[in-house]
Amino acid sequence: MKSSAFCRNWLKSLPPTQGDLQKEQVFGRKRLLEKGIPSPEDEAWRLSNLNRLNEFFALPLTIKERSNHHFPEQEKSIKRLILNTNKCILEDILPEGITKLSNREIEENIGNIIKTCNIKNDLAVSINQAASSDLLALRINQNVTQSLEIIIPSVQQQMISTRVIIILEKGARLDLLEVILGNNQSAQNHLIEIKLEANAELNHELISFGQGKQASSLSTLAVEQSPQSKYSLNSLHQGWHYARFEPRIIQTQGDASTTIKSLQVTSAKEQIATHSLVRFEGPNGRLDQLQKAVATDSSHSIFNGSIDVPKKAQKTEAAQLSKNLILSKRARIDTKPELEIVADDVRCTHGATVSQLQEEELFYLLSRGINKEAANSLLLQGYYDDIISNFSKNAQRWNFIEKLIKATNK
Amino acid sequence: MNLSNSEILLSIEDLHASVEDKKILYGVNLIVREGEIHAIMGPNGSGKSTLSKIIAGHPSYKVISGSIKFKGINILELEPEKRARIGIFLGFQYPVEIPGVSNLEFLRVSTNSRRNELGKSELDTFEFEELVTESLKIVEMDPAFLERSVNEGFSGGEKKRNEILQMALLDPLVAILDETDSGLDIDALRVVASGITKLSNPNSATILITHYQRLLNEVTPDFVHIMANGKIIKTGNKELAMDIEKSGYELINKRTKKKEVAK
Repeated sequence: MKSSAFCRNWLKSLPPTQGDLQKEQVFGRKRLLEKGIPSPEDEAWRLSNLNRLNEFFALPLTIKERSNHHFPEQEKSIKRLILNTNKCILEDILPEGITKLSNREIEENIGNIIKTCNIKNDLAVSINQAASSDLLALRINQNVTQSLEIIIPSVQQQMISTRVIIILEKGARLDLLEVILGNNQSAQNHLIEIKLEANAELNHELISFGQGKQASSLSTLAVEQSPQSKYSLNSLHQGWHYARFEPRIIQTQGDASTTIKSLQVTSAKEQIATHSLVRFEGPNGRLDQLQKAVATDSSHSIFNGSIDVPKKAQKTEAAQLSKNLILSKRARIDTKPELEIVADDVRCTHGATVSQLQEEELFYLLSRGINKEAANSLLLQGYYDDIISNFSKNAQRWNFIEKLIKATNK
Repeated sequence: MNLSNSEILLSIEDLHASVEDKKILYGVNLIVREGEIHAIMGPNGSGKSTLSKIIAGHPSYKVISGSIKFKGINILELEPEKRARIGIFLGFQYPVEIPGVSNLEFLRVSTNSRRNELGKSELDTFEFEELVTESLKIVEMDPAFLERSVNEGFSGGEKKRNEILQMALLDPLVAILDETDSGLDIDALRVVASGITKLSNPNSATILITHYQRLLNEVTPDFVHIMANGKIIKTGNKELAMDIEKSGYELINKRTKKKEVAK
């Protein structure tokens, strides 16, 4: 069966278009039918395992979920929202400073961020539009004091499609932890759109753990930053048989600050890819991006990091570093910085390294009586440190350090 | 101190070894007993560091023939971590920087590995902090260094103090200190030397690998060995070290060769 046939069958299996997102569903489905799915000749998907994308389409969409999940205990200062049927979150009482967008506001805002980020033709976005039937849309104002936690569990042998819009008003400041989880033969289809108005600040933590066997995930993060806003993303991706994460961040008039610290860890036959794009649409923008990857067994890790600095983005300061650790001869890491700089008065740096665990470091630890397993574990922990030390205490409750080390210390 | 009746801790017999297919050691013999301090001197490339790495079990160095015994046990079969646990310590010439690994945690895990071997209980974080605070005094080290990553951004002197701190915590039976004095100013040298002296005891032994007399002014060795071309060519007492300082290795090497010819 051809790839496009998997996609067509999947589209046929979807429930009829309906509800608040009907227009989006119609648009996404039409787009997918017209364009089909990418081929290996398509540059953005060249390294992607397209057979696994077919498997992604083979899973039926979750309509209802009855679930008993065990999540870490939640702190009082944090509002936890669990996205499964979507209906339940709409009944949640939200803390001060956080309100749901009204239908009218949704109507006004939907698609705007996607349009600004220039991703309305992206495959992952179309897939989400085609399937999502509900939306978590929140507005955050200056009075917010509680942090927000959004957990998206998944269901065995099913696909879950979720969409979130968060608008941070002028001067609002929010800590957001998103947790995306996989399950045996499950698929996550997630789209989050974020708008930061002037002087707004978002500290976004993302933990994306596949967990089960053959879990897959397609997720897009679209961020629109107004001047003087600060957006910081700390993300972890591990344990997905097939995952593709596409952060798209636009500084609409420059003069904003973006920080990305990301770690992806692959083992077994997993393939995890991050395709990031940061674009400056005005002067004086800042970007600090650190992308780390560790690959072991026969896994494959992919990073493609685009930075666009057009002529109007003078005085941009952007730094991107991709650091990779390869732990097995059969593992593969592809990393590609893609800087397009037209402005002439900018400071942009980039770099990429691929290395192995250092024999001298290991011997130093062994020569102090530390056994090989513990020594490797210390070294890996050290390697992960400059990403994971940025995570809040609340995020650390998810015990990811152990998971990351267990996945790679063999 | 020359206690020829005391127990032999380390005995090296006719050791030949290579690194990356290049032969470096050509028949080293050495006996180290409890309570002794040995100094090994010699020009660059004579095989001093190679000898220390081989005793500690570095995987890049290959033993071609000969033996190394620790308290009568052949250690060439033992993994480096096991050698450390039974009481062999190597103070590195260039201590390795390990970003992201907390020095305190590293010291605690190492100390517990050795304690386990000695049948002592493992120390938890609080108990260990007490112990390490005491040990810090020996090397006059700022506790702030415990909070940093292992050796990362430490000056040369701080790295060497950190090595002696590890020696204090691991309480080895044989400590081999590879050029612990190199790169130290005179004050740091005194601190490090005084640390070594404080840690010497009748049940353990120390091997100092050095280029210079100045460390030996602070720590008096019982034996001074001169290494050249992969073997120990001459053994004497501290006066031999003073002789080298005056005449250089070249002259001693020549004299030794002459004697060999005369024989």
